[in-house]
Amino acid sequence: MKKNIFLSLIFVLFPLAMLWADQLFYVSFASRVMIYAIAATSLNLVLGYGGMISFGHAAFVGTGAYVGSILIAEGVTSAFIGWPAAIAVSALAAWIIGAISLRTRGVYFIMITLAFAQMMFYLVNSMKAYGGDEGLSLRQRPSLGFELGNEVAFYYVVLFLLLLSIFLLYRLMRSRFGRVVIAIRENEARAEAIGFPVFRYKLACFVIAGAAAGLAGALLASHGKYVNPNVLHWAQSGTLMIMVILGGIGNLWGGVLGAAVLLGLEHVISDYPIGWLAQLAPNYQQHANLGVGMVMLAIVLFAPQGIAGLLERRKHAPA
Amino acid sequence: MSWILIAEQSLNGLQFGLMLFLLAAGLTLVFGIMDMINLAHGSLYMLGAFLASTFVQLTGSFTAGVLLAIPATALLGMALEVSVLRTLYARDHMAQVLATFALILIINELTRLVWGSDAALPMPGALSGPVELMPGLPYSAYRLVIIAVGLAVAVLLYFLVTKTRVGMLVRAGASNREMALAMGVNIRLLFTLVFGAGAALCAVAGAMLAPLLAVQVGMGENILILAFVVIVIGGIGSIRGALVGALLVGIVDTIGRAFLPILFGVFFQPRAASAAGPAIASVSIYLLMAVVLYFKPQGLFPARG
Repeated sequence: MKKNIFLSLIFVLFPLAMLWADQLFYVSFASRVMIYAIAATSLNLVLGYGGMISFGHAAFVGTGAYVGSILIAEGVTSAFIGWPAAIAVSALAAWIIGAISLRTRGVYFIMITLAFAQMMFYLVNSMKAYGGDEGLSLRQRPSLGFELGNEVAFYYVVLFLLLLSIFLLYRLMRSRFGRVVIAIRENEARAEAIGFPVFRYKLACFVIAGAAAGLAGALLASHGKYVNPNVLHWAQSGTLMIMVILGGIGNLWGGVLGAAVLLGLEHVISDYPIGWLAQLAPNYQQHANLGVGMVMLAIVLFAPQGIAGLLERRKHAPA
Repeated sequence: MSWILIAEQSLNGLQFGLMLFLLAAGLTLVFGIMDMINLAHGSLYMLGAFLASTFVQLTGSFTAGVLLAIPATALLGMALEVSVLRTLYARDHMAQVLATFALILIINELTRLVWGSDAALPMPGALSGPVELMPGLPYSAYRLVIIAVGLAVAVLLYFLVTKTRVGMLVRAGASNREMALAMGVNIRLLFTLVFGAGAALCAVAGAMLAPLLAVQVGMGENILILAFVVIVIGGIGSIRGALVGALLVGIVDTIGRAFLPILFGVFFQPRAASAAGPAIASVSIYLLMAVVLYFKPQGLFPARG
């Protein structure tokens, strides 16, 4: 408990410290990490708790991002309208895609979710009225009744939404619904035999995750004041999966840890020159993906439970 | 809309479909025998194109360059299989997707380090002109060569898989791995060989398509997704399915790109049609896949009985 209060204090005081140190960039960076954490946590619900390997989660993040952006471009600048609309449309998309995809299993499920994400990617690319493949720039962030253009204010809003998402996930997984979803992951045939409507539970799980991903998308577009079709690119779905695995699949904090470590790693490699490495390979910073790829490969091969798994293993190891 | 346009676009579809088949054939065998999702298959296609570009420059001959690139890519593929992919067979699909996704990032950056972001592979001069197929129907000589190479490789592959002993083992492995193992088939060795063959096919496709498309980092990723669509439509593990799926996807994609905008122009404003046409054409192959999976969840030619 003491540890939790200490951690919360760090998160609450962080932007004030950065403000004092005149490092506003890091407040904005932290907001970005937390937005990705929401997206990764929503995927973790599908992937880790539901056991459904969806390779098209970026479709829902992208739907949310575009719904939020289009509303702002059309003059609806209230976040009280924009964000719920993004959540609703993403949930609807997840309901339609899930209802069709969940009829298939295994590899076919992976591929059909990917196919639907690709369809959305091309559809968004063709929306010439909203920038097409060049993307859509926004004049302003949406408003919550107060100015969200302020990085510190935006940080606290995102922090609140992230904690809310984690809390809801925690409650959900301890509810009857969560128990059934986990039972289905462990043994679908048995859950079906007991009499649970397996398909409906899986679909509900998929839709909740899609809705949360939509919120993350709307936040992402608000944060950068820009959206382009690449938020729906299949590599983005892959990156989200990596965040989940990196952090810890089926772990409450897995998505948060994964997003923080992956984005942090990218940032450190590309923005902080390391003397001896720069001497060895002068342009290494342009090749940040090489390091990211290596770390990912190592995690998959040697630490299948992710960072959260490593931490827990240490906690349980004999002293 | 004239018959010349239709004939030309059908040939383009055939040409693209055959190249897709080369990619899909290797992918479907890897998938079918070892139950392994290999996203890095597209990276081998890219490596094939880059290697061909280097060898063509070194030897000064297009044919010699392509012929050298094929075994070189096969060796790289086998090295990849022995070093990393082999450890992934026992893991679940998610681990395979992630590990090979990581490999894509690594191979892309290594390629960028060695060659830079792109390379040049010009069309051989003798083939750059058109050939009069029929009076009034000129067609690119180079594309005809691609069709010929694609058909030749497809026939060769068919012969290999259905008529030889190695082919029999491959089919046995694809339809029931445990049974093949129990019968004493050295699946490990067989699989390294199949992987090498798949990489060689990637190199053929990469090198042949390179003069038409651009040789650049990332070229493997979009075509990889198409190859996956092909094998899912065709049925995983089935060479015949891969051929049918590849031709279907190649033709639907090409024809859709060429004619949907025209078709839309009949019903909608020209501006709306030209904007929506290409997007709908891109969507059409995924729609095709979703429809096939909805009615035949195992694909058109399921390999496992």
